Amino acid sequence: MRVWKFGDNIDTDAIIPGRFLTIYDPRELAKHAFEGIRDEFSSEVKTGDIIVAGKNFGCGSSREHAPIALKGAGITMVIAESFARIFYRNAINVGLLPVVCDEAGSIIEGNSVMVDLTGGYLIVEGEKLPIEPIPDFLMRIINSGGLVEYAREFEEVPVCIASHQ
Amino acid sequence: MGATIVEKIFSMKCKKEVCAGDVVMAPVDNAMIHDITGPLAIRKFYEMGGKQVHSPERVTMLFDHQIPADSIGAAENHVYMRNFAKEQGIYNYDLREGVCHQVTMEMGKAAPGEIVVGADSHTCMYGAGGAFATGIGSTDMGFALKFGALYFRVPETIRVTANGSFQKRVGPKDLILSVAADIGADGATYKAIEFTGNTMKAMNMSGRMTCCNMAIEMGAKAGIVPPDTITWDYISRLRNIVPFPLESDNNASFIGERTYNVTNLSPQVAEPHNVDLGVDVAKVAGTTIDQVFIGSCTNGRFEDFVEVAEVLGNRNFSDNVRVIIIPASRQEYLKTLRAGLIERFVTAGALVEAPCCGPCMGGAFGLLAPGEVSLSTSNRNFKGRQGSTGASVYLCSPATAAASGIYGEITDPREVE
Repeated sequence: MRVWKFGDNIDTDAIIPGRFLTIYDPRELAKHAFEGIRDEFSSEVKTGDIIVAGKNFGCGSSREHAPIALKGAGITMVIAESFARIFYRNAINVGLLPVVCDEAGSIIEGNSVMVDLTGGYLIVEGEKLPIEPIPDFLMRIINSGGLVEYAREFEEVPVCIASHQ
Repeated sequence: MGATIVEKIFSMKCKKEVCAGDVVMAPVDNAMIHDITGPLAIRKFYEMGGKQVHSPERVTMLFDHQIPADSIGAAENHVYMRNFAKEQGIYNYDLREGVCHQVTMEMGKAAPGEIVVGADSHTCMYGAGGAFATGIGSTDMGFALKFGALYFRVPETIRVTANGSFQKRVGPKDLILSVAADIGADGATYKAIEFTGNTMKAMNMSGRMTCCNMAIEMGAKAGIVPPDTITWDYISRLRNIVPFPLESDNNASFIGERTYNVTNLSPQVAEPHNVDLGVDVAKVAGTTIDQVFIGSCTNGRFEDFVEVAEVLGNRNFSDNVRVIIIPASRQEYLKTLRAGLIERFVTAGALVEAPCCGPCMGGAFGLLAPGEVSLSTSNRNFKGRQGSTGASVYLCSPATAAASGIYGEITDPREVE
């Protein structure tokens, strides 16, 4: 497991440039992840690796190709101080776990990192770092294995108030 | 406690009183898909077990990012979407009408009080029409196609009040670039931005679209201008609709309030590589540029081209600059054409292309080589957005783009006679 560190405002053009958006295959997309920004990423990334970033990770376009490319590369979790809204939701929908941690900046490449979602913390080199809880309705989607699996369970949805966060 | 305009829209749609922080399954009045994110949304729809789209008449389908098809992959995507439209009974504007957001507005698909989603981040533009409109990913779109509804967290609202009159050759784009610089690229994440004040009230629909379009550049879920006579006049021409009052209550709760006076605002330019790096044009004046792009959903309307033509006068663009002009839609193209402006631009040396996203998409055409500099009226200047990651993109208004195109360097449009 390797930690890949990135800074603030990593946008979706950086994660997957516009010229590759006719590709939908996760593994093919993964070959172009961070192309021109961090060229060694696609060749060195391994299944189970983690991305750790600063503020506003995934800002910009709504392209779902971005979380799909990261998932296709084997990334299981992105930890950031904050996420752009559309990326956050897209990541959950496609089964890439976004974790908000104020202290993400203290994690360095080479650290061993584990997450305890129910406990609400990361374990970084044995030390607990608190994480922001994931809203209930998104946890249901995560527990289903993504929005596609969740949506397969029913034929219609009632218009309603689901919960107050 | 009163309600914000956004809380009122969700309360109307859910037929229950809701407030910021509530998570609701709300019906979607319109869903827009285009040729980049659409194919994936359709795949997700099928993977979810979707057989029949919930309300095909509420789906807007068109192609704008890669038209005419710039690759075999793009052509295959277009075929895939055409077949889906035929199978589902969805009207497909195909590549005829132009950029998705402009077309959605022109076709009257976003009206005051409606909830509209689009598989594109700049969907927030429809807030200019008084709708709650937000960009979503393809899987969420697949869900909306299957169920005609989607989960939303009702957002808190930041109220942005703009007062005063713009100087000549300063306008909505300069305002929104300065607001973005102030609020920051993530300063409105998960929130809605309500634009109000006498500057907004005097602003035409085109300018309001420019402002709402860029709400996402501050991380916002939506931008919205409370509907007034200008809004209702616009939408009434497009569809049968009875105006009704819709605005935030006086005692509504806002999570933030910002007030700006535009009277002394200078033309703004966002420096590479983030949208919130806006500065007065004086700071970057003289920067040599290789390409100027005037177009996009942000600034590709007739009003923008009138501004360009006024600055341009009878001059030509510099031989050292490639000026690419792309109207945002067929309708905007025709207005510009009939006013004689297209002939003026072509005579001045510009390349005028058919309505599409063009260089803003960073894949179809108009790409930049390493080391090149572009000045663009579009909405994003991220590294690599318009080609090489070694290129630089500056963002500005149509007036600044025109002035700079004449001299081959970033130029204050107020200094052009």
